[in-house]
Amino acid sequence: MKMKENLEVIFAAIVVIGAIINLISAIGVIRLPDVYTRNHAASKGATLGILLILSSVFLFFWVEEGYMNARLLLGIIFVFMTAPVAGHLISRAAYNSGIPLWEKSGQDALKATKQKVKNK
Amino acid sequence: MISILLNIGLLLLSVSTLGFVYRVVKGPTTPDRVIALDAIGINLIGMTAITSVILRTEAFLEVILLLGILAFIGTVAFSKFLEKGVIIENERKS
Repeated sequence: MKMKENLEVIFAAIVVIGAIINLISAIGVIRLPDVYTRNHAASKGATLGILLILSSVFLFFWVEEGYMNARLLLGIIFVFMTAPVAGHLISRAAYNSGIPLWEKSGQDALKATKQKVKNK
Repeated sequence: MISILLNIGLLLLSVSTLGFVYRVVKGPTTPDRVIALDAIGINLIGMTAITSVILRTEAFLEVILLLGILAFIGTVAFSKFLEKGVIIENERKS
């Protein structure tokens, strides 16, 4: 009984860590200079934070109820698979609709590649 | 102890959602807003999970799956609209 409560406190602490990671990604989305860096902060930080929260909730219900919850496991796998894909798609749409990079960014490798393809 | 920690987690998620709402309101371009809305959807998934732990019920776990699917489909539709101007292409090019 004591063991179970200790485990649940540990899982609640993991929930707080995931929420802190989400807060860090929100600060990155507010402070970073252009679309691409903001996308980098939002898709990676929010995905990691939500994966921590969902897995600790999954373990919490496992310890509390005694059996695994397949719906939550499916949700974890789905978020882990689709959030980076969504970030990639919106970033590519932003580049192709002509939104410029930050003026201090070092190089634009995709632009050179596209020029080469067009000249062929 | 557990409920205090879970409430702290909800509070932090709410503050980060406020940050994303700031980016939705201010963001200079459309992809900024779409990115922030996607992140708000992901935060909502986390809030639903924490709330279902606080209430000690398993009734809301389908909502998590559903919100994930809806956020993904919405982002894909918006990015297709931004890139090509249409979401579903009807005309055949043959």
